[in-house]
Amino acid sequence: MRGIISFGAYLPYRRLDRSQISAFLGQGGGKGTRTVASFDEDTTTMGVEASRYALRKARNLSLDTVVFATASPAYADKTNATALQAALLLPENVVAFDAGASVRSASAALTIGAKNSGNSLVVLSDIRTGLAGSADEAMGGDAAAAIIFGEGDDVIAEYLGGASVAKEFLDRWRLPGEVRSKVWDDKFSELTYGDLGRRAFKNALADCGLSPDNVDVVVVAAPTARIGSSLAGKLGAKKVADDLSATVGATGAAQPGVLLANALETAEPNQVIALVVLADGADVHLFRTTKALASFTPAHSVEAQLSSGAAVTYGRFLSWRNMINIEPPRRPEPARPSGTASARNVEWKFGFVGSRDEQTGDVFLPPVRVSRDGQRTDQMDEVPMADVAGTIATFTVDRMAYSPSPPIIFAVVDFDGGGRLPIELTDTDLEEVAIGKRVEMTFRRLFTADGIHNYFWKGKLIRG
Amino acid sequence: MASHGICDRVAIVGMGCTNFVENWGKSLDDLMIDASNEAFSSAGVTANDIDAYWFGTAQSGMSGITLARALQLQNKPVTRVENYCATGSEALRQAAYALASGAYDLCMVVGAEKVKDTGFQGLNAFPIPNDGTARTLTAAAMFSMIVPAYGNKYGVDEETMREVLSHIAVKNHYNGARNSRAQFRKEITRDTVEKAPKMAGTLGVFDCAGVADGSAAAIVCRAEDARKYTDKPIYVKALSFVAGNGSGLTDPTYDYTTFPEIAACAVDAYAQAGVKNARQEVAMAEVHDCFTPTELVLMEDLQFSERGTAWRDVLDGVFDLNGELPVNPDGGLKSFGHPTGASGLRMMFEAFLQLRGEVPEERAISSLTEKRKLALTHNLGGYPGEMVSFVSLLGAELG
Repeated sequence: MRGIISFGAYLPYRRLDRSQISAFLGQGGGKGTRTVASFDEDTTTMGVEASRYALRKARNLSLDTVVFATASPAYADKTNATALQAALLLPENVVAFDAGASVRSASAALTIGAKNSGNSLVVLSDIRTGLAGSADEAMGGDAAAAIIFGEGDDVIAEYLGGASVAKEFLDRWRLPGEVRSKVWDDKFSELTYGDLGRRAFKNALADCGLSPDNVDVVVVAAPTARIGSSLAGKLGAKKVADDLSATVGATGAAQPGVLLANALETAEPNQVIALVVLADGADVHLFRTTKALASFTPAHSVEAQLSSGAAVTYGRFLSWRNMINIEPPRRPEPARPSGTASARNVEWKFGFVGSRDEQTGDVFLPPVRVSRDGQRTDQMDEVPMADVAGTIATFTVDRMAYSPSPPIIFAVVDFDGGGRLPIELTDTDLEEVAIGKRVEMTFRRLFTADGIHNYFWKGKLIRG
Repeated sequence: MASHGICDRVAIVGMGCTNFVENWGKSLDDLMIDASNEAFSSAGVTANDIDAYWFGTAQSGMSGITLARALQLQNKPVTRVENYCATGSEALRQAAYALASGAYDLCMVVGAEKVKDTGFQGLNAFPIPNDGTARTLTAAAMFSMIVPAYGNKYGVDEETMREVLSHIAVKNHYNGARNSRAQFRKEITRDTVEKAPKMAGTLGVFDCAGVADGSAAAIVCRAEDARKYTDKPIYVKALSFVAGNGSGLTDPTYDYTTFPEIAACAVDAYAQAGVKNARQEVAMAEVHDCFTPTELVLMEDLQFSERGTAWRDVLDGVFDLNGELPVNPDGGLKSFGHPTGASGLRMMFEAFLQLRGEVPEERAISSLTEKRKLALTHNLGGYPGEMVSFVSLLGAELG
C-alpha cells in the first residue's frame, strides 16, 4: 500500500485583517483575514518549516525524492529544492528538484510523489499578492505544506488513484519577475473550471471504481473561492471541506497541500478524500484514510496555527511585499554573503549544526575546532540544533541596525543541553519578550544582496 | 605565563591632539599633520629626529604609507596597527616595547580616524566576506544588553539604573563642556538624557559616545633619555592587553554584567605597576565609555568598586570631576568623541595634561596626593562577550 505517511502545513504567523485594506485605500479588502509571510520569509523558508513539521512525525525516515513546487520561486535558474535539502540535513543522494513556477506544478508534484517509488517529500509553497486594492491581494494567502509519500504500515492515507485534464486557456497569468498576476474574466474561468473539474472527477472515480457517494470529503483547491465553491457542491460528495478562504486565503501552489492537510486532520479512518485541483486544467487525487490515521497527531495542526497568529498592519504588509518603500535606518546595507564561505559552512548556515566537545560536552554555535580551554583540536562531534529549544538570557531592541523591517529584536539564547547564540528573534512583538521566555528556531531569509538570498536561522517565541 | 611589563623604562615626552569633531573640512592627512606637529613641538623635535613610527587607524587607511605620505617621512619604518577601538593604545604599546628593547631611541605614535565621510550614523566596520550568519547588530544594541542583566543580578530597579546611567552621561558632558577640544561642549541635564530618542534597548542618543573625526599623537623615548626633551616626562608604569576569545558569545555562563577580558587586563596592569589597591592608588582614569552602561561595568572590572556596588559609587559622585577618583575628566568618548584609531592616545593625552598640571583650572582634578598619583587609561574594542582590552598606568614620577 502506497500513500501519505506524514504531512505538515505551515501558516505564517502574521494575519492581515482584510477590512484594513479598504479603510486605507478606499477600495479592495473584504471580510475575514489572510495569512501573510513575514519580510524574512519566502516560499523556500516556508517550505522548510512545513517540511520540518512533516519530518518531525516521520523520524528516521530515509527520503529518496524531494520535489518543491511554487508559483513564486525565490530563485530562477538556481534550484530552490537544494536549499531545502541543506536545511533539512538530507543526504546528497536524495533526488531534489523544483517543479515549474505555476500552481499546476503543485498538483503534478503530488502526482509524482503519489506514484513514485521510495519515500518522496512533496513541498508546496506560495506567496500570493497583487496590486494594492486588488482581489488577489485581499483574497490570496501565504502558506506551505509538505506531504510525505511512502509505503507500509505507516501509511495514514492510501493513494487510490486519480485523473488529470490539461487545458490551455487564459485564466490568470504573470510574466516572470512581475509582482502581480492578471486575470481574464472571472465568469469564463468559473465555467471553464466547472466543466474541467467535473470531467476529471468522473474520470478519477472511474479509475478507482468509485461512485460520488463513496467520497466522504471533497477538497477543492481553486484560484478563487467562488470558482471552488461553485464546483464543489455539484460533485456529489458527502461533505465539502472548508476552503479556508475566510481565514487563510487562496494560497496558490500551497493550497492543495494545505487543504489536504486540514482535511486529513479532521478525517476519520477509512474515509475517501478527493482532492480536486483547478489550475490550467483539473486534477483529482483520491485517498482512503487508514487505521494509522487515528494515532497520527500533526506537529502543528492547521487549526492550532489558525488560532495562534497575530495581526500585521496593512502598511507593514505593503512594505513586506515591496509595494511601498520604508525609510531604512541610516546604516550601510549588508554585503552579499560569500558563495564560497557559504558552501564551506553549509551545515551551519542552512542546517544549524554546531559542534559538541567530546570531552566536556560544551556546545558551540557556530561550530569550532578547538576546545574552550584551547588545549585540544578536532575533538568535536557535530550537533544538529535546529530542533533544540532555548531560553532567553537577555535581550534588546536595535533601532539603528539595518533590517528590511526595523527594528531588530535580538536575544541571547541559551539552548537546552548546552550552547549559546545571540540571535535575532522573528514573529515577535517587543512587549512579549522577557528574560526566561522559551524560544525555538526557524529557517529564514535575513536579507537579499546582489540577488543572493541570505538564508539562516532566527529564534521565535514558543507560545501557548 | 610571564608579563613583566616595562615599568618606568619608557616615557612620553610630547603629545598632540586635534579637536575631535565632525570635521567635514579636514581630511585624514590634515588631522594627522595637525596632531603630529603639535606633538613635535611639545617634545621639541622634528620628524627626522624620530627613529620609527607606529600608526594606528582602524579603517581610515592601509599600511604605514598612509602616515609616511602625509608627513613626507624620509625612509622611516612605519607600522600600521589595528586592534578595533583600542587601536591607538595598541600603537603606543608597540612603540614602547621597541624602545625598551633598545631597537630605537625615539619613536612616534599617531592615531587617527576619519569616520564622518561615510554618510552613515555610528561606526561601521569594513565587511569581511563571510557566510552571512554573523549578527549585524549595532554596538549600542550589544552593550544595551548589560542594562537589564546588571539590574537583575544586583537588584537595581529600572528607575535607579536609569538614574545611574544618566549620572554618567551628565558627568561626562559636564567635563567635556570644560574641554576646548571636545566634540560636545554643552552640559546636559538628566531630563535631556532621558527624553532623547531611543537607539537600542533602553539606551538613548545621550547614552552613546559621540562619533568624531580626529587624531592624537605621542612621542616616546626610554626613561633615561626623557629629560633631553622635557622637564615633565610622563612615565609608563604598565601596558596590558587582552584579546578575548569570543567565549561570552557561546558560553552560557557569561552573564553580561562584567567584561572578563577587562578584569584580566586590569589584574595584569596593576601587577606590572605594583598597584595593590586601585581605588586608593589611582588618581584619575580615562575609560572607554562607549555607552553609559559600559562605564558602569568598567568601574567594577577595573577594581574601582566592589562587584555590584559601582552603581552606588556613581550616584555618590565618586567618579565626578571633584570626586575621590575622577573618571573621564576630559569628557570621555561620550563628550570628547570617538575617532576609533585616535581615542586611546586621546585618553593618554588627558592623563599627560593632568599629571603635568596643564589643564585649565576648571577641569583640573583635585585627587592627586602623595599616595594617589597614577593615571589609568582603559581602551576596549568589540562587544560584551567578544572584546579586546587595553589598560595603561602612567605616572609623573619614577618609582
